[in-house]
Amino acid sequence: MDHKKLGSLFIVLGLSSLLLGLFFGSIGGLQYILPPFLKEQLSFQKTRPLHVYLVINFIFSTAAGCIYYFLPTASGKKLYSLKLGIIQFSIQVFILLIIVSFFFAGKFSGREYLEFPPWISLIILGSWILFMINFFKTIPLSFNHVPVYIWSWSTGLIFYFITMTEAHLWLLPYFNNNIVRDLTVQWKALGSMVGSWNMLVYGTSMFVMESISGDKKINQSKTAFFFYFLGLTNLMFNWGHHTYIVPSSPIVKEVSFIISMTELLILGKIIYNFRKSYIEAKLKFHHLPFRLLSFSDGWIFLNLLLAITISVPAINLYTHGTHITVAHAMGATIGINTMLLLGSVFFILDELNESLMEKLKKYFGFSIVLLNISLVIFWISLIGSGIAKSVDMQQKNFFAVIMDHLQPYFRVFTFSGIAVMLALFLTIIPIFKTFSKFILSKEK
Amino acid sequence: MKKTSIFIVLFISYISYSAWVYTDGTNTASVMSLQQQAGKNIYQKNNCTSCHQLFGMGGFLGPELTTVISDKNRGPLYARTFLQYGGARMPNFHFSKEEIDEVIAFLEYVDTNASTYKNNK
Repeated sequence: MDHKKLGSLFIVLGLSSLLLGLFFGSIGGLQYILPPFLKEQLSFQKTRPLHVYLVINFIFSTAAGCIYYFLPTASGKKLYSLKLGIIQFSIQVFILLIIVSFFFAGKFSGREYLEFPPWISLIILGSWILFMINFFKTIPLSFNHVPVYIWSWSTGLIFYFITMTEAHLWLLPYFNNNIVRDLTVQWKALGSMVGSWNMLVYGTSMFVMESISGDKKINQSKTAFFFYFLGLTNLMFNWGHHTYIVPSSPIVKEVSFIISMTELLILGKIIYNFRKSYIEAKLKFHHLPFRLLSFSDGWIFLNLLLAITISVPAINLYTHGTHITVAHAMGATIGINTMLLLGSVFFILDELNESLMEKLKKYFGFSIVLLNISLVIFWISLIGSGIAKSVDMQQKNFFAVIMDHLQPYFRVFTFSGIAVMLALFLTIIPIFKTFSKFILSKEK
Repeated sequence: MKKTSIFIVLFISYISYSAWVYTDGTNTASVMSLQQQAGKNIYQKNNCTSCHQLFGMGGFLGPELTTVISDKNRGPLYARTFLQYGGARMPNFHFSKEEIDEVIAFLEYVDTNASTYKNNK
């Protein structure tokens, strides 16, 4: 066993979580169009947390896998402890089994995104500490000359620990018995937690971009660090756009609105670089990791546009409580994070079995295009559903009437969601085979 | 050195802002009674947030419940009926009368503190 095999184990765990998560997500979608479907056996009360937890686990496990795989090359040092990594992996498998069993048994904490009983979080934090020890003991001591992806990974690791702890402040009566404090702190913790996993994923992609281009300067440049610090500021202060409707202090909303608008700079950069990126994408489109990173660029653009739009309080007033919020979450998790992580995974696969990747290039090209087309339809239908619901809500229609009006949108997002799942199954199954062969091989 | 300094300044700002959010920034709601707390526990244990939203947080399969009690078209009886029998999409959770009272008390508490929500409406 070496760090590459350890990383591969995490990646296989992450991709398995994704497939399972998509399966439960599809069942949840069907429950929108067929209300009695599995209502008593596996109600939406269970399918939603199963879907959410497994997809989040996909992001963290796959990002951890890529970090373990790349870290010794990125830092120029041997991994501090393989043993710690194996213990962390075993704990993560154990946690996954426990959480899924608890959800099936109907045991919940009832907290958005962290619906498992809170004592499990202690084990999660314990395994995260092992990851942090391994990471910080491997990277160079001084941060002054390290590339931006080391900063990004470090930030993601530290802030996941902080936000995961913060998300459990509700266990203290001071927070739990005041609904405004409880919800505000919960949004704060979860909003920043999303920022923390973005840091892990973006760091990985930056490393891959550097490896593809062979240009080490890009990750040491002032621009790279400017956008890193912009991302960090957003991670820390941007969460408030979720709380416009919560009667906390108006300052929370003002801070959040101002910080959200700094994302316009990122949007501006994408538009400014569009021509260059387009030409580059055309030249390197045959290269699968690059193709996935290019698709993620498109998703970053669309999702930023949506995020900035719903950060405007006058618009947020109509979009909150509708599927537009879900479109934002899905665009970010599938559109951006999944494309970026798959880009990194394909980069690793190229290294592990280049000839097979060459042979399957057309096949993967098809499945990736199918994934993106399905995802665009899925994303648009969620936005359509959100707009239609908002109109209905302004007309003060009854909930049952609203749900009836939204049925065509629900059908489109359920079936396009199933298509997303199928496209990801098609993409991931051959990946499993390659990783299994590598993990089981005796070569180092 | 410069990068580390920027990080430290941002981190200190984050800690200070968090401390303010935990205290004065959210000092705008009343504190729950014991019955309301019991209602909140039931709400959480049954993962109601999967389908319902409070202040925009939660799923969309069921109706938003922030102002269900003061809503003229719904009100406490509407909520009570669903809690007792379930609905087309909602399973019957077989709550006792006491549990239903506690959930209603919690929803009343939420509704009373939904000032921004009502003003925006």
